[in-house]
Amino acid sequence: MAETFEAIQATAQAREDALNGGLRIRVGVALCGEAAGAFEVLEALKSEVASRRLTASVQEVGCIGLCYAEPLVDVQLSNGTRVFYKNVTPEDLPAILDAAASGSHSPSDKVLGTLGDAGAPGLPKIEDTPQWKCQVRIATRNTGTVDPGEIQEYIATGGYTGLAKALSSMTQEELIEEVKTSGLRGRGGAAFPTGMKWGFLQGSNRPNKYVLVNCEEGDPGAYNDKGLVESDPHTVVEGTIIAGYATGANYGYIFIRHGHVGPTKRAQNAIKQAYEQGLLGQNILGSDFSFDMEVAFTGDSYVAGEETALMEAIEGKRSMPRARPPFPAQSGMWGNPSNINNVKTISYVPEIVRQGGEWFSEIGYERSKGTAILCLTGDVNYPGMYEVPFGLTLGQVVNEIAGGTASGKDVKLLQTGGPLGGVLGADSLEIMLDYEGMSAAGAILGSGGIIVGADDICAVDLARTLVAFCQFESCGKCFPCRLGMTHLVEVLERIAANKGRPDDLDLMRSTGKTMAMGSLCGHGQLGFNPISSALKFFEEDFRVHLEEGRCPTGSCDGAFNRPTRTRPMATAEWYAKEEYVTP
Amino acid sequence: MVEVAETLRARVVSAITAQPQPTVTVLSSLLAIEEEFGYIPPQAIDEVATRESVTVNDVWAVATFYTNFRFTPPGRHIVEVCWGPTCHLLGAQSLVERVQNALGMSGEGDTPDGNVTLKYNTCLGACAQAPVMAADHHLHGRATNEKVDKLLNSLKGDS
Repeated sequence: MAETFEAIQATAQAREDALNGGLRIRVGVALCGEAAGAFEVLEALKSEVASRRLTASVQEVGCIGLCYAEPLVDVQLSNGTRVFYKNVTPEDLPAILDAAASGSHSPSDKVLGTLGDAGAPGLPKIEDTPQWKCQVRIATRNTGTVDPGEIQEYIATGGYTGLAKALSSMTQEELIEEVKTSGLRGRGGAAFPTGMKWGFLQGSNRPNKYVLVNCEEGDPGAYNDKGLVESDPHTVVEGTIIAGYATGANYGYIFIRHGHVGPTKRAQNAIKQAYEQGLLGQNILGSDFSFDMEVAFTGDSYVAGEETALMEAIEGKRSMPRARPPFPAQSGMWGNPSNINNVKTISYVPEIVRQGGEWFSEIGYERSKGTAILCLTGDVNYPGMYEVPFGLTLGQVVNEIAGGTASGKDVKLLQTGGPLGGVLGADSLEIMLDYEGMSAAGAILGSGGIIVGADDICAVDLARTLVAFCQFESCGKCFPCRLGMTHLVEVLERIAANKGRPDDLDLMRSTGKTMAMGSLCGHGQLGFNPISSALKFFEEDFRVHLEEGRCPTGSCDGAFNRPTRTRPMATAEWYAKEEYVTP
Repeated sequence: MVEVAETLRARVVSAITAQPQPTVTVLSSLLAIEEEFGYIPPQAIDEVATRESVTVNDVWAVATFYTNFRFTPPGRHIVEVCWGPTCHLLGAQSLVERVQNALGMSGEGDTPDGNVTLKYNTCLGACAQAPVMAADHHLHGRATNEKVDKLLNSLKGDS
């Protein structure tokens, strides 16, 4: 029996009030937390709480974005203020729990700050730190603060009101118009207007239509898609259902790389809970709209993140891009009309519907509306996942939010938008963070990863790594990409080893041109970007290698290991040994 | 050896049929088999082909395309060193060398005693904690030579 949405909300609120009445401790256990040792802390915390016979709820939450402070543990005081402890080890827990039991905090050098209006005397507010101050948290409003494993908690913070509003009071056309008004553009890299894209699918009257949410995210240096799905999967599910309603689709897939256990588990659980609440399935919330969803997997393949390759992977084939036209909105998965959005794009949708397109369009800069979810990594003091409005400069992002280089050296280069985005020089810190500003400077914002390198890095070294990645991940369908990448990485390895030939730069340029002309998808078309951008900003590094026979910084010296695609095959003896007999 | 073979087949079949999601494909079946065995037993290819009504060649095409699939049993422990640009800038290559030296290897692959499989991963997804490595799919960030030694030693014990 389907409950009304108000009844669902009331249950969720009652649960939240009950939890807030007691001691509430949360531990961030997303990927970055795990790498910092959060699971060890969580386990120790649970056993410490049990041995003290404390009545406390210990909850797992996702990534709040302040990855430099992981593992993060936060204790909620009785006035609702949450005290965050940074870089917690199991040894810190007794003191933290002693303090929590008496309603205070300790020890102060372990406190990162507090969240919540009331604050706590003598403790800094996280809102005042440069890492938080610049942020406008829309898609990441719940990450690290709401339990991703519990739909009730999401509903209690206003979750699913966007869907309820859409289903009860908006038509498909109005919904698409609202998204168009918001100015939301695709966050996967292409920056195509989302409302217009939805309009293409809505225009088709075929019976089976799909909405696909892309969380493949193979870009090294970016983990915001996985971060969102892992930390706030319900927002992604709600956004997908709204997208399904707006476009008239009947089925949705969240597409994740197999092996990313955290995001997979959270997404599957969120879908299951949405079914239980009647928010997925037949006649959602009593409307005549029905929608189903599941999580689909790919194996390890970077190109699977390309929209047509993604559909091939869900169909169970090799993830190789298709030729377009026909475009996915005409003939996509299994020949049915399909719409593909990035996780980040979808994550904005519930708030846009709830607060209106007008509200969203006031955030941001010129034609880049809203926020960018950045992953700042590399040689920086405060690596993390930050949601900032468009219109800041890259310098503000790198120096103020990320706190400059950790090594104390000067910033030499930025690597943005994934391996295909290429590199930028230090003078690019002036560039405005928006789609037009970035592309005018010859860079891509892409998935939002920004990797910072200091002046101890040789541009040849970084280009070699990026191209080796692209070579490893080329799907092999178009020979200019498959062979060109292999060729380029060989030439770069030769230059890095100071065995370059005088015409190597010209050779690379001509190979790059062929790749750009002769490849179906962005992997080959943009595959020369790492080298062309490195040559643009750091030709001197190449010159020193070629003419003086040395590496300008020394970072190219030493062995360079890269992954290979070849794997040992089973031998004939193997077949003979365990061949099974068919009955 | 009929008994061994039948057990193998039963495990393959149950891995394929126990997939929870509604959409079952060649790829999803292969992923399920790999999760069960840690590799794709060559005989499982036939089983997937039969069940999905495709040719054995179609299944091999998919299995050899995705780089996570392997066709011989992996080592008892899997050590992955992240090799992405962020980790590279923060010293991944020297970690790779440390691991290789400790294991007596010169590249990716399995140790001769079958205890450890070494892989370079293109991104483990925890770039803020670079350089990152993983042991048996559990991530370890801010890896140093000391952490590498400790981690590899802990894998020696319970072989």
